[in-house]
Amino acid sequence: MTAPPNALSEAPGGSAASLGDLVSQPYRYGFVTDIETEKIAKGLDEDVVRLISAKKKEPAFLLDFRLRAFRHWQKLEEPDWATLKYPKIDYQNIIYYAAPKQQQDKKASLDEVDPKLLETFEKLGIPLSEQKRLSNVAVDAVFDSVSIATTYKEKLAEDGVIFCSFTEAVEEHPELIERYLGTVVPSNDNYFAALNSAVFSDGSFVLIPKGVACPMDLSTYFRINSGDTGQFERTLIVAEEGASVSYLEGCTAPMFDTNQLHAAVVELVALDDASIKYSTVQNWYAGDENGKGGIYNFVTKRGQCRGERSHISWTQVETGSAITWKYPSCVLQGADSVGEFYSVALTNHRQQADTGSKMIHVGPRTRSTIVSKGISAGHSSNSYRGLVQMGPKAVGARNFSQCDSMLIGDQAAANTYPYIRSQQPDAAIEHEASTCRISEDQLFYLQSRGIGFEEAVSMMVSGFCRDVFNQLPMEFAAEADKLLALKLEGSVG
Amino acid sequence: MILPDAELLLQIVDLHARVDDQPILKGVNLEIRAGEIHAVMGRNGSGKSTLSKVLAGHPSYRVTGGSVLFRGEDLLALPPEQRARIGVFLGFQYPVEIPGVSNLEFLRVATNARRLERGEEELDTFSFEDLVHERLQVVQMDPAFLARSVNEGFSGGEKKRNEILQMALLEPLLAILDETDSGLDIDALRIVAGGVNHLATAANATLLITHYQRLLDVITPDFVHVMAAGRILRTGGKELALELEQRGYDWVDQELADQELANQGAPALGVV
Repeated sequence: MTAPPNALSEAPGGSAASLGDLVSQPYRYGFVTDIETEKIAKGLDEDVVRLISAKKKEPAFLLDFRLRAFRHWQKLEEPDWATLKYPKIDYQNIIYYAAPKQQQDKKASLDEVDPKLLETFEKLGIPLSEQKRLSNVAVDAVFDSVSIATTYKEKLAEDGVIFCSFTEAVEEHPELIERYLGTVVPSNDNYFAALNSAVFSDGSFVLIPKGVACPMDLSTYFRINSGDTGQFERTLIVAEEGASVSYLEGCTAPMFDTNQLHAAVVELVALDDASIKYSTVQNWYAGDENGKGGIYNFVTKRGQCRGERSHISWTQVETGSAITWKYPSCVLQGADSVGEFYSVALTNHRQQADTGSKMIHVGPRTRSTIVSKGISAGHSSNSYRGLVQMGPKAVGARNFSQCDSMLIGDQAAANTYPYIRSQQPDAAIEHEASTCRISEDQLFYLQSRGIGFEEAVSMMVSGFCRDVFNQLPMEFAAEADKLLALKLEGSVG
Repeated sequence: MILPDAELLLQIVDLHARVDDQPILKGVNLEIRAGEIHAVMGRNGSGKSTLSKVLAGHPSYRVTGGSVLFRGEDLLALPPEQRARIGVFLGFQYPVEIPGVSNLEFLRVATNARRLERGEEELDTFSFEDLVHERLQVVQMDPAFLARSVNEGFSGGEKKRNEILQMALLEPLLAILDETDSGLDIDALRIVAGGVNHLATAANATLLITHYQRLLDVITPDFVHVMAAGRILRTGGKELALELEQRGYDWVDQELADQELANQGAPALGVV
């Protein structure tokens, strides 16, 4: 189903104009931290891949993994099937590794971390120091290509939970990395996953041991600081039998008028009766109102419900990036496993998002739910693209998908591309879709009860997103609500 | 009730307004004092609904002349939300549905906006629940409607009750009720009208916009105005509404034709 751009009538009272103003609002995380950075030269070849691996003193299996990925990547073409328009990316004009000088060697303890870095994260609302750190969330802070600090590591270790940067995991638990890396998203999975596999620099690793419910939420905060550097991080989360964890991800970047490439890979593995809840609030710099600058966000996220009765749930609130290309997916392999995808994607100005999910039902009686809410304002384009696949053994499997689009203004576009493939007659697939727009009469109704224009829009937008916000962890839900209100805040004409 | 020395709430002078370059209001004059109930009657297209939308500040209606003072303040200079906060309320003929927005939350935000303007404290969720359950009695509404989205899936009668519930919470000084009787069966009409009567005090005023006498059987107006071609053609007491009921609106056409002739400078028929 494709919804044509729909018009909010250009009223004499200027409502359409004020709606336009309303969704334009300055980006609050656009500052650059002035810090000495060690960067390698621009460009990508096998030597660069070897250099990154050498810098990290990686074991041979990891260098092999990178080289195989790189050689495969060289044979691939950048995909062009998404509803996205952007100039060709020059992969030789990107720096593939940038780290704050002081962080070059082994990761320092928190006291040794450059105060400028701590200050940066504090400014972003993620204080890391003992005294100020968040009390209920453990944080791994990633700055450009490296992780600078991870909080509560020791406390989590008491329960056997491993939460550390990817680099540390490679040093301390190489056998776990070797066992799980690339098993959910193979290095040859797609163009951007192959690129990531070749040059990834850091990220987070989580292992929740058998039977443990992680005692606090875990979180990684990604910050891009350099203007000419790509960020390629990798997250790997393993929940062993009966384990459970809630993981949050946040991201911001400074305002540059060039584009930065962010190509991440996230792999989740859930064994029997394990449960992983992965939530993202993505607020990369989106470019200015004319589409200059902003992050190109090409991300491969996939979870594998490997065990029986396992459960993986993706919740994402996508508000940033110039380009978003992202399809968090679940491979439902274990019998009776459950996959969920809840998404809010807000695009404004010239932003483009092509996002959705894939639910691959392999095992019997597997169940999945997709709830996607797209909000398009300005001249933006917002597409839902999703695949529901029922394999031959998926007896009694069920899927429910709901894709709703909301249009603000008369220049925005919303598209829905649902793909359904079923090889199992005894599987049920339901798909619902709707398109609406904020009408002048609805706004007037709320206004005529004393509710200001901005609050009225924000009430309607958060009402539209409620089903998804309800899935977010509490502290994140409030943040997401605020973030949307912020994005929709501005001068009322 | 007509009270001597009552405060002049609304003063409309020579009001002109357009929709899409089509002139609809062509010189409306009207004064409303505290305590009074006014009814504006007239045919479809006479401008009655436009008058209500203009007073509430709907962006599709453009004022091209005249003035409106509310308690001495220039009402037309205020955005719609501010008009509501200072006590102007419009009960809609067709209340819109707003999916996803909880009715209870909407009522609370609206009530608090009005309270803040009056220098009262905002109500938290708990105190507001107490208030709203008390006001539900006014329209005998099922509390289940609070948990639903604003007007979503409400029947015509339920929507109108929800309008009067909002009125009961916002305690406006001037309530403009646009065709509140349309689409109501006789029982619902009694409940809604009962609510309006219950809320009318010596301090506030009501402006009813209606086609029919049947609403005025249950809410007795102090003044009845007949609107035609964008103006108030005649003003009288409640007996004027009865006269309209008996004679229909044809005489209005005759009167309009006479006035048109008079305006063109020709002697009206029958005048020597």
